[in-house]
Amino acid sequence: MTPLSAPSRWFGWFAVWRRNLLVWRKLAFASILGNLADPLLYLLGLGFGLGRFLGKIDGVPYLTFLAAGTVAYSVMNTATFETLYSAFSRMHVQKTWEAILNTPLTLTDILIGEWVWATTKSALSGLAVVAVIWALDLAPFALTHLWLAPVILATGLAFAGLGLAVNALAPNYDFFLYYFTLFITPMVLMAGVFYPASALPDWLAILAQWLPLTHAVALARPLVLGQWPAEAGAHFAVLFVYGLIGFAFGLLLTQRRLLR
Amino acid sequence: MPPVLTLHHLTKSYGNTTVVAGIDLTVARGSCHGLLGPNGAGKTTTLRLALGLIAPDHGEITLLGHRLPQEGPLARARVGVVPQHDNLDPDFTVRENLLVYAHYFGLSSREIAARIPALLNFAGLTAKADATVATLSGGMKRRLTLARALVNDPELIILDEPTTGLDPQARHLVWQGLRQLVKQGKTLLLTTHFMDEAERLCDQLSIIDHGEIIAEGAPRALLADQIEPHVVEIYGEALPRWRAHLESLALRVETSGETLFCYTDDPAPLLARLAAVQHEGLHYLHRPANLEDLFLKLTGRDLRD
Repeated sequence: MTPLSAPSRWFGWFAVWRRNLLVWRKLAFASILGNLADPLLYLLGLGFGLGRFLGKIDGVPYLTFLAAGTVAYSVMNTATFETLYSAFSRMHVQKTWEAILNTPLTLTDILIGEWVWATTKSALSGLAVVAVIWALDLAPFALTHLWLAPVILATGLAFAGLGLAVNALAPNYDFFLYYFTLFITPMVLMAGVFYPASALPDWLAILAQWLPLTHAVALARPLVLGQWPAEAGAHFAVLFVYGLIGFAFGLLLTQRRLLR
Repeated sequence: MPPVLTLHHLTKSYGNTTVVAGIDLTVARGSCHGLLGPNGAGKTTTLRLALGLIAPDHGEITLLGHRLPQEGPLARARVGVVPQHDNLDPDFTVRENLLVYAHYFGLSSREIAARIPALLNFAGLTAKADATVATLSGGMKRRLTLARALVNDPELIILDEPTTGLDPQARHLVWQGLRQLVKQGKTLLLTTHFMDEAERLCDQLSIIDHGEIIAEGAPRALLADQIEPHVVEIYGEALPRWRAHLESLALRVETSGETLFCYTDDPAPLLARLAAVQHEGLHYLHRPANLEDLFLKLTGRDLRD
């Protein structure tokens, strides 16, 4: 890290996180409503509609199977949108980051603040799906549900980190479509959100093992169903590595973009 | 008293383009120091270097006793910045903009809440405290940006073209605010390409072009040293016919568009001649030389983009 962007103080990022929280608070009601309504509608629609034809998957009703995958999917979506579209607005359109750089805060403070903020926001949407699961009684409460909290945070950190790297490269909003079309959408189809990853041909299944969402789903689904995931440590490690690499690239690239 | 800011032999290049080519600058405490230069002269890059936002290729920067860019955060804690383009936070009201910006300096909500009424009063925005930024006029936004630069009670305020894009009424209000700050003992460093702004506000000027400082001093001293005191501007249909003759009566001439600028120490012979021939279709204006003349003399009349 160059002296230009070394963190100002260990808590410097907090002011950036707090700024985003203050903005969110103004629209908190709509945001929470969306967090709850989106998975609710989509689970009921797909779960009841498709579920009727599918019966049970991996020994549980399709709606339950899908809901468990949706925890990870929803966290990914929120963290990605926040670090792509919202962070891009603050960086490029509103020049909020430039305004902050004129204070004692540094770019590292800003990016850590954005990283933790996107993780926070994505955790809320993940928890909202868990609340829907409880409300619809899709899976009986189990102690394993408590372990969804670290899974949600690790998933948020992974996708927020990756999102910050993509954000740093973007010339405009349209650029993000590449990320969705080439990375997010194929990943969602391969990661076991909608059907078990075991249904994939071998070569795709191997490829899927390299994708972060696969590991988030592999952790979240058994926990929702009251089981302990196999190889939990490895899955967590993959998510952390993705998050850290994404963040590091994001910092490096944003530094090149704004501080030259 | 040690200077607030010193730049020593500063250079900065991007690829093959040298933007800052060996700048030495000292800003004295309590002064209002102006950086004058045409577009692309290197003013904004110099300010970014002075804030520790970018690293120079060579040279040393000392801001409020701190070495930059290494100690940027410590120095910036005591500096206020008014950027060239407003970057107020559109998600917040006027009051919230001040509050949230103060958080970036590590001030608590309580500390800043006590100071917000005075800042709003300074900016003339007390009645707009709870308005969103989008509803403010250009002049109000500028004044809010200025008030925002004061949330940390800075010793130095750096302003990048503080009145560009404002109407005359709004500019005068901003000037009034800036003079008030100097009276309070603050140091100001501003860039501008408005000569009247530099003349009214600054007690020290550095004229910068092609990344170098080409002249420096107090406005009046600069004028006295560098340019003839009288200017006669001449235009009209008959100018081509009389040009050679009129030029011989001036010390130095320049042409800009269809106007001939004659610079001289003693305008009497030229004015007498003009009075005699003006009925043939010549118009003229005699005035004292000002900073704009000096600026154009030093940086040339070519258009800069």
